[in-house]
Order: sequence, then structure tokens, then C-alpha cells
Amino acid sequence: MTGVLTLYRTSVGKKVIMALSGFVLVGFVLFHMYGNLKMYQGPEAFNTYAAGLREIGYPIFGHAHLLWVARLGLIAAVVLHIWAATSLTIQSRKSTTANAVSGIRRYGEQKRQTSYAAYTMRYGGLLILLFIIYHLLHLTFGVVGYDAGQYQHPENGEYFVYNNVVYGFQNPLIVGFYLITMIFLGLHLFHGVWSMFQTLGLNNANYTGLLRGLAILIATVVVLGNLSFPIAVFVGLVGPAV
Amino acid sequence: MRLTLKVWRQKNRNTPGEFRTYHTEHASPDMSFLEMLDVVNQELILKGEEPIAFDHDCREGICGMCSLMINGIAHGPKQAVTTCQLHMRSFKDGDTITVEPWRAGAFPIIKDLVTDRSSFDRIIQAGGYISASTGSAPDGNTIPVAKVDADKAMDAAACIGCGACVAACPNGSAMLFTAAKAAHLSFLPQGQTERYQRAINMVTQHDEEGFGNCTNIGECAVVCPKEISLDTIARLNRDLVVAALKGLAPSTGVSEAKAG
Repeated sequence: MTGVLTLYRTSVGKKVIMALSGFVLVGFVLFHMYGNLKMYQGPEAFNTYAAGLREIGYPIFGHAHLLWVARLGLIAAVVLHIWAATSLTIQSRKSTTANAVSGIRRYGEQKRQTSYAAYTMRYGGLLILLFIIYHLLHLTFGVVGYDAGQYQHPENGEYFVYNNVVYGFQNPLIVGFYLITMIFLGLHLFHGVWSMFQTLGLNNANYTGLLRGLAILIATVVVLGNLSFPIAVFVGLVGPAV
Repeated sequence: MRLTLKVWRQKNRNTPGEFRTYHTEHASPDMSFLEMLDVVNQELILKGEEPIAFDHDCREGICGMCSLMINGIAHGPKQAVTTCQLHMRSFKDGDTITVEPWRAGAFPIIKDLVTDRSSFDRIIQAGGYISASTGSAPDGNTIPVAKVDADKAMDAAACIGCGACVAACPNGSAMLFTAAKAAHLSFLPQGQTERYQRAINMVTQHDEEGFGNCTNIGECAVVCPKEISLDTIARLNRDLVVAALKGLAPSTGVSEAKAG
């Protein structure tokens, strides 16, 4: 095996895999947030959007074919991202736990000198993974978080995502979980977007301010958009379709 | 100055260490941190106790021997200084100061505050050189080097290999050291021939030594006494990607350097 396929062997190569898979996932969260804004245009626009996702590339591509390509790509990105993170974390733990005072507390008086977000990547990422699982079971499959018969599955190519979202965000615990995760997603993006450029070697002192700005912009746009959906439903700005 | 010191004492690699508390009343604000430790050691010797072992050599901030985690910060609270150039005027009378060794898997503790940093030497052996016949010094300016590149190479070459970057890193990674040692060659014409092979060799050796992985946190650059920039790490990362695209594998001798 040669070339880029050998990247997985070194720590820096694993980081490159993390950065590239992260790039795909950043693109996804931006698109996901943008698409969901159609909720504010009413039930018809939002339900048509859900149906339209299956028809991307039609008639060149068959029903939901491109969507499945995207899904498989995203699943691969998630798996690679988590694999790289796990493997690198294990490597780092070996270094930091050696000679440690107790557990992973390396110093008697730990002093942090740089950003908080960088320290939340691991457990923040874990929270986001749990969220993704819950989010799929909740709004995509309708298995959790609904009263019996409340979730409407698609029928004859018609989607009822609008009402599903509205009924899905009636429970304050569920809304709270979504809101907390979005804060951690913001921190993850704030460090991750900048970090992606640093890892790929596309950063230096001239660009770092600009790239930090880009990270803040992406994190803010995604978090504010995503926070608005459950809040809008919960306070009644977006009500059920009749 | 009256000071209370909480110092890590460890007999050797295999014996668990512990914090011990010492008091001194004979520190002066004009002393360097190491001179203050000398005074404490004199007091310990007079009392018939084992003096605190710590690394030091030039005491001018250029050799890279002194280390010490002071109150949780590598080389203490001042920016861009080594412990030997940190003076007691940076502390207040009556302060309690915690003093620890560098803690990292690849830096085994030899005794008290002294760690074995030869893993750094092996990273340099893996690629921190150029394979060119040296001979006598060439005439100045026979190989043109742009001023801006010369400055960047010099900035990276300022690394004294003290290991503060590893000590400060929440991941116990030596990426700043490795990157500095690669960057000071990669900015110069002489370093181009082996540039990408060097990147993959040094990163592979870095991993083999048991250092952690960089997550771009940046604690290293903050504590670095020579203010090496994170830019060097980005440059090494890029060189490694190029090495992978070129299909370069770590050349033999990387692991052997460790054994030898």
C-alpha cells in the first residue's frame, strides 16, 4: 500500500483523516441547518423539501440514489472521524498518564493558557455521537419521544416532517437535550474548523486570524440556526399544521 | 523572601514519587529560580537530607537543560523564559510554589525533577539533519537564501529542545519540538532534498517514542521559552501530506536509531 492510503500509519496522518472527514461533516451540518430553515416557510415548503431530497439528480439518477450516496459518504466520514479520534486519544493517554500524579491529572496545579473549546473536543464529540443516535431514532424513525400514533411515517411519497418536528419538540427534556448538544456542537466547530486548516498545513500566522474568524462564523451560524428550531416550536412560533 | 515549596521527590524510575514540603527564609528576589533551589539544597545538606535533584547547565537560557513545572506552568509564570532565567522577583514573599518534573510517557523520571529526554535525540537522529558532506565552512552567500526564509529558519532553529512543549501539552505530544526541528531545515535550500522523507521519518519516530498526538490546542507555543510558533506544526503536517502523496515510507534506520 502506498500514497495517501498509508496516512493511517502516523499520528499526523490520522489527524489528516480526521480533518478531511470533519470537512465533510461541517458541510453536512451547514446544509442540514440551511435546509431546516424551510420550516419557517410553512408545512408545505418543509414537507416538499423532505420529499425533494429524494429526488436530487432526478431523472438522471433514480429515486433516492444520490441521497444514499450522500448517506453512505456521511456514515463513512463519521466512522473515520471517530476511529481517528479514538486511536489518537489512546496514543495521547499513554503519554499523559505516565508519571502522572493521579489518573490523568498530570500536574498538581493544572493551568490552562489557551481556549476552552479545544478541551471539549473529546467528551463534546461523544455527546454529539449520542445525540446523532437519539436524533435519528427521534425525528427520522419516530421510535422515541412521541406519544403512540403521533409520529407520521411517509406514505406514497408524501412526507409529514413538519408536524413530526412540531410534535417532537413538545417535551422540555427533549428540547433541553437538543439545546445543550448544540452548544457543544458550536464549541466543536469553533475548534474543529480552524483546526482542520492547521492539520492540513493550510494555516500560518498570516491566515490564523482569518481562519479563526471563519470558524466563529460557521459555529455561530450553525448553532443559532439549530437553536432556533426547537425554541420556535416550544414557544409556539411554529405550530402544528391543520 | 520566605517561601514554601511543594517539591516532587522520587528516588528513581521504579519508586513511586510524592510531594514533600520545604520552607526557606533565605531566598532573595534577585536570585534565579535555580539559585533559590541551590539555597534550599544547601539547607537540606546541612540538615543531612538528600538534596533535590534538578537538571541545569548553562543557566543563561540557551542550553535547554533546565526544566521544571512551576505551579503547573512549564518554566514558570513568565513568558519566553527558561526556569534558569526566571527570577524570584516574579513571586511574592510568603508564596507557596509547586515544583514538578516534566510528566510524559517518553520522558521517564530519573530522579526527583530530572527526566530522561533522550527521546528527543532519537527524533533528531530520525531526520533532523542533512546528508551533505560538510567540509570547511562555505563562503558566505554562495547559496542565496531569501531574508524572509532565513528569518523563519532561524526562528525555528531557536528551539533548545527543553521539552516544555511536551510538558505543557494536554496530550503529551512533542509535535512542536519535532516541527521546529523539521522547519529550520525545510526553510533552507540545503534542507529541500530530504524534506518530505524527513517529515515522515521524524513523525514516525515521534509516535514510536510514545509521545501523544497534537490536537492543535496551542499550550506548547504559549510556554515555549523560544516562542516557537504553531506555524511550524502546520508546515510539518503539510510536508507529511506531501510525503504520503509522493508515496514515501519511513526509511529504515528509524527504529534502529532507538535501539542504538
